Amino acid sequence: MARLKLKEHAINREWCKGCGICIHFCPKQVLELDSMEKVVAARPEDCICCKLCELRCPDLAIEVLTDQDEKNE
Amino acid sequence: MNKPMIKFVQGNEACVEGALYAGIDFYAGYPITPSTEVAELLAAKLPQKGGKFIQMEDEIASMCAIIGASLTGHKVMTATSGPGFSLKQEALGYACMAEIPCVVVNVQRGGPSTGNPTHVSQGDVNQARWGTHGDHSIIALTASNHQDVFAMTVDAFNLAETYRTPVILLLDEAVGHMREKLVVPEKGAIPLVDRLRTDVGKGVDYHPYLPREDGRLPMSDFGGDHRYNVTGLFHDMWGFPSNNPTVVNGLLHHLVDKIENNIQAITRYKEHFLDGAEYVLVSYGSSARSAIHLAKNRRARGERIGVLELQSLWPFPEALIRDRCRGAKAVVVVEMNMGQVMRHVKAAVDDPERVFLANRIDGKLITPTDIKKLLRVIQGMGV
Amino acid sequence: MSVKDYLRERYFPHMWCPGCGHGTVLNSLLRAVEALGLNKNDIVMTSGIGCSARISGYVDFHSLHTIHGRALTFATGVKFSKPELKLLVPMGDGDALAIGGNHFIHAARRNIDMTAIVMNNRIYGMTGGQFSPLSGLGKKATTAPYLTIDNDFDVVELSRAAGASFVARTTTYHALEAVDLLKRAIDHKGFSVVEILSQCPTHFGRKNKEGDAVNMLELYKANTAKIGSKALKENPALLARGIFVDENRPEYCEEYEKIIQRATGGKK
Repeated sequence: MARLKLKEHAINREWCKGCGICIHFCPKQVLELDSMEKVVAARPEDCICCKLCELRCPDLAIEVLTDQDEKNE
Repeated sequence: MNKPMIKFVQGNEACVEGALYAGIDFYAGYPITPSTEVAELLAAKLPQKGGKFIQMEDEIASMCAIIGASLTGHKVMTATSGPGFSLKQEALGYACMAEIPCVVVNVQRGGPSTGNPTHVSQGDVNQARWGTHGDHSIIALTASNHQDVFAMTVDAFNLAETYRTPVILLLDEAVGHMREKLVVPEKGAIPLVDRLRTDVGKGVDYHPYLPREDGRLPMSDFGGDHRYNVTGLFHDMWGFPSNNPTVVNGLLHHLVDKIENNIQAITRYKEHFLDGAEYVLVSYGSSARSAIHLAKNRRARGERIGVLELQSLWPFPEALIRDRCRGAKAVVVVEMNMGQVMRHVKAAVDDPERVFLANRIDGKLITPTDIKKLLRVIQGMGV
Repeated sequence: MSVKDYLRERYFPHMWCPGCGHGTVLNSLLRAVEALGLNKNDIVMTSGIGCSARISGYVDFHSLHTIHGRALTFATGVKFSKPELKLLVPMGDGDALAIGGNHFIHAARRNIDMTAIVMNNRIYGMTGGQFSPLSGLGKKATTAPYLTIDNDFDVVELSRAAGASFVARTTTYHALEAVDLLKRAIDHKGFSVVEILSQCPTHFGRKNKEGDAVNMLELYKANTAKIGSKALKENPALLARGIFVDENRPEYCEEYEKIIQRATGGKK
């Protein structure tokens, strides 16, 4: 299986309620809350595309887009 | 069957025959006297035509199951009696709110509470109308003999489909358990109303709760191309919850208007010897049998007594009653409760002072003699 | 298809509180449906009343938001009348096991083919934090200001005893596991139960000093362990996760088809 390469974190700011679950459980501390209490990808270069943020997000507000995904489409 | 079939049956069986004639293909129920025969007969007959019968864990579950099955496009029914009818009320209100066609048979017995399970009563007339919480309208039919039980059962299914509403069939223990002749008419003799399904195509926005110009709301079966929401909350035309005051106001008016504005089309009744009647007996269900018997005998002796037999109790046929009772010396409501229909008759007629109640509430069928005794008092002939 | 293709996006953001586990259950459930490649037209979701029940409004399936405790009975009517449909029945803990407890055990007893998902947050959230039959002893709730004296049900044991042919448990922390268990439950022929511990930081967490959503997920991580794991063996006080029952047993709708065959003499 090819290793996933990050394209971007698609974050729906309208849906995000800023609970912080994705931030706390990110193994690489990629995510942060901004001044509006919405999640942003502060260090995308550290992302290992485990997608745990996407899986656990209670607001269905974050999607980890990868090159692999694009090829699948 | 392609020719009429003569049977000697209980009223509950006449109801089952009517349901089969109307095209029932799903029944859910729970055993309760005096309606159990309906479930027993359908347990045998439904699978013979590929239909489904399920005995649920309680009355509430039975009511909910038929609502679910109606949404997949089936003609559905449940049957019960007083205590079970009480339990079904919340789900019945749901069917009103979500506009789901279904038929609920209540073979009435004495109440309140466990009451008098094996004896006749007509004590659930007002419960049929007001048993649920909140405002809405409902259709309730009733019948005094097996031919009419059959016809009203078919009608109940037809009205449920026409108005997208639950229809209550108020039978009683006497009619339900008595045996008499029933002629099951040949196929096609009574017109049937089938589910009105939407012609909105796949991929086009379908509005399950947007009435057509004629007020009817075409449905789409669960499992079909249109995926929509059904809820007991006030909802918009997609069925999605809304507490927008305009939406709430509009929906509640719709739920009432779709029935009350069609009262003439819904009203069912029979007239017996009403021509020039000085005394009008208003009755329904098994009580009407005694009223008709009395009127027939008295007419033969030249007394001007007639019967207005109601076959639909809700929406209440006020205008009909006002008209037929106009000019009568007295109106006697014959029923087996403490005057549930009598009060509405009083409210309907021009002269409520002339409305009297001939009732019996002891579990025994009201007799012509019971009515006769009251008439003697009214006529000033002593007690 | 992506997860969003299974959502009614126009109703988002959803109405659940920040950090509510129910959103994660929705998330996991959609991934399970996606992985199974199910057709949206073949799925009916029925729900009852409460925070959990609002889930049915958000999914682009046939959806039936019913009355309190009765989701399984409506689902029974839908499934039994049209067995080719897939029934998903998410319920809250009060919905499924207090007011709906009788329906829960009877649906299990029939082994009718549907998936019951108990979104267990151990509290009545919609009404503001009253204890539920899954709160357990010694918990604080608005109706238990001096702590609960009510024992809780064990959903797994109750389901097993009632006759469910597939029973599993997981948490919203274990999202990947939840997707996998839901997939297997939906694929299972018969009555399947998946209990998902789902945090309610607003009511349960706050009143019982379990902290915010993040902290509650940490507790799920610390206090549970997989069936058969070393951790569970060493510390049996941990709550077991995984599949507890997975059996092939006669399914209700299929058995009724045999009744139809018998009643029609095989002509149908």
